[in-house]
Amino acid sequence: MDLQTFLQQFVNALSLGSLYALIAIGYTMVYGILRLINFAHGDVFMIGGYLAFYGISTFVIPWWLAVALAIALTTLFGVGLERAAYRPLRDSPRISIMISAIGASFLIENLAIVLFDARPKAFPVSDFFAANYVFSGVYVAGISLIIPLVTIVLLAVLLWIVHRTKTGMAMRAVSTDIDAARLMAIDVDRIISITFAIGSALAAIGGIMWALKYPRLEPLMGIMPGLKCFIAAVVGGIGSIAGAVLGGLLLGFIELMTIAFLPELTGYKDAFAFVLLIVVLLVKPTGLLGKNQGEKV
Amino acid sequence: MSTLLETKNVNKKFGGLAAVTELNLRVDEGEIIGLIGPNGAGKTTSFNLITGVYTPTSGSITFAGHDITGMKPHGITRLGVARTFQNIRLFKEMSVLENVLVAQHMRMGTNILEATLRLPSYMKRERHIHERARTLLAEVGLSEHENAKATSLPYGKQRRLEIARALATEPKLLFLDEPAAGMNPQESVELMEFILKIRDQFKLTIVLIEHHMQVVMGVCKRLYVLDYGVTIAHGTPEEIQNNPKVIEAYLGVE
Repeated sequence: MDLQTFLQQFVNALSLGSLYALIAIGYTMVYGILRLINFAHGDVFMIGGYLAFYGISTFVIPWWLAVALAIALTTLFGVGLERAAYRPLRDSPRISIMISAIGASFLIENLAIVLFDARPKAFPVSDFFAANYVFSGVYVAGISLIIPLVTIVLLAVLLWIVHRTKTGMAMRAVSTDIDAARLMAIDVDRIISITFAIGSALAAIGGIMWALKYPRLEPLMGIMPGLKCFIAAVVGGIGSIAGAVLGGLLLGFIELMTIAFLPELTGYKDAFAFVLLIVVLLVKPTGLLGKNQGEKV
Repeated sequence: MSTLLETKNVNKKFGGLAAVTELNLRVDEGEIIGLIGPNGAGKTTSFNLITGVYTPTSGSITFAGHDITGMKPHGITRLGVARTFQNIRLFKEMSVLENVLVAQHMRMGTNILEATLRLPSYMKRERHIHERARTLLAEVGLSEHENAKATSLPYGKQRRLEIARALATEPKLLFLDEPAAGMNPQESVELMEFILKIRDQFKLTIVLIEHHMQVVMGVCKRLYVLDYGVTIAHGTPEEIQNNPKVIEAYLGVE
């Protein structure tokens, strides 16, 4: 392995890890507020990709408009999902809402097979994103540069919202103590909707960038990235945004670097995430940046 | 003096358990009312019913002329009802100042757009809110701790922070759930003075749950005594102290 190969893999891992991070944030934020694993989050990611595809290919609207519309509609979709599948179960035992999440995931996947067709679709990638740029022997696709940049910008905006706005303050209050927050005049339902909106918007952006990087859409394309990003969130410490980013990047790097250094393990690529999960859970059950909190009663 | 809060025949059942039966409270403006009774008597449940955490099984609750039965907690808080908790429930991850800010923020209607553009009107309100939060912290003697993490404060100060946070929602009616719990006699005396002070300063009406009889008898004008969810007595502290039913509930029958 020479430096060039390493740099090549570094660039690839950075963009894959950034995508994982974006999706992992959605898991971690919803968990932070509702203590719910939104199993349908990976499917929201898939919806984002398809909506952009239909905008560009079927309706032939300019790509930036298609992307903006896809993000907006996916955001509404995520908020609607919470209204329909989670809010009615808010006061039920936590296992019910979890099962509802799994059910919602299967429903969305199968509806997608019916509506979008099970055959993979080729996502239209403009030359700007597909073009390769060569930096001293390292090939970098345009999209691989854009993904980390977009991620950094989104992360900065997100952290600003969470730590500097009153909505963010309310989100933090709800995540610490939902009942006390209610009694401080915080409209908890509204905060939960905003959380789902943010998570779904990030998933949509992640889904579209994923499709630009791997231009093949399938109704079940959200399952594996969804699972891996859930793992990334747990590894980083679920409930922590910084943890989700760290977990996502770590997963991206482990996945690609292992393949680069030990090519014979390529077939086990998808297993690395689960091995990482088991190791972290054994050593540090709260995740790398997770806080050791007693179970709330 | 006008009636601020009235509950009419309020009942709450959890499955087969009647947690609160026929609760008829009447609280006039400016009063300090005590809610006492043995553990499990339904005192905290009563608070939860009035503040909207629970919905009554039957009966009605009126606050300042509004029917608040079944309203959501944040709506009731906006009308001017605030509370503290028996087991302190501060926002642990936030600073002392932020704990007070969060409670005030929700009262002012701003949107994200206004906050993003940092319009002058928004900035002015922001400054006003920070000033007010600092004033409140000064009132409860926590000024020097404003940047400390809420959970790093000693117990007594956490209680006062909870009260400051409740005051930040600009209540007319304040519920205190066992404010003297875990306090020594000296601290209890200070607490009584503090309760009377904030009542006058913020034009409050206060309902408190308390086991410290010294505190209850010292500040309350009238008392309601609950036992197994039923109101067994109601009257001035002197009347209550001599009521045989109350003595029986607390000490048992000989």
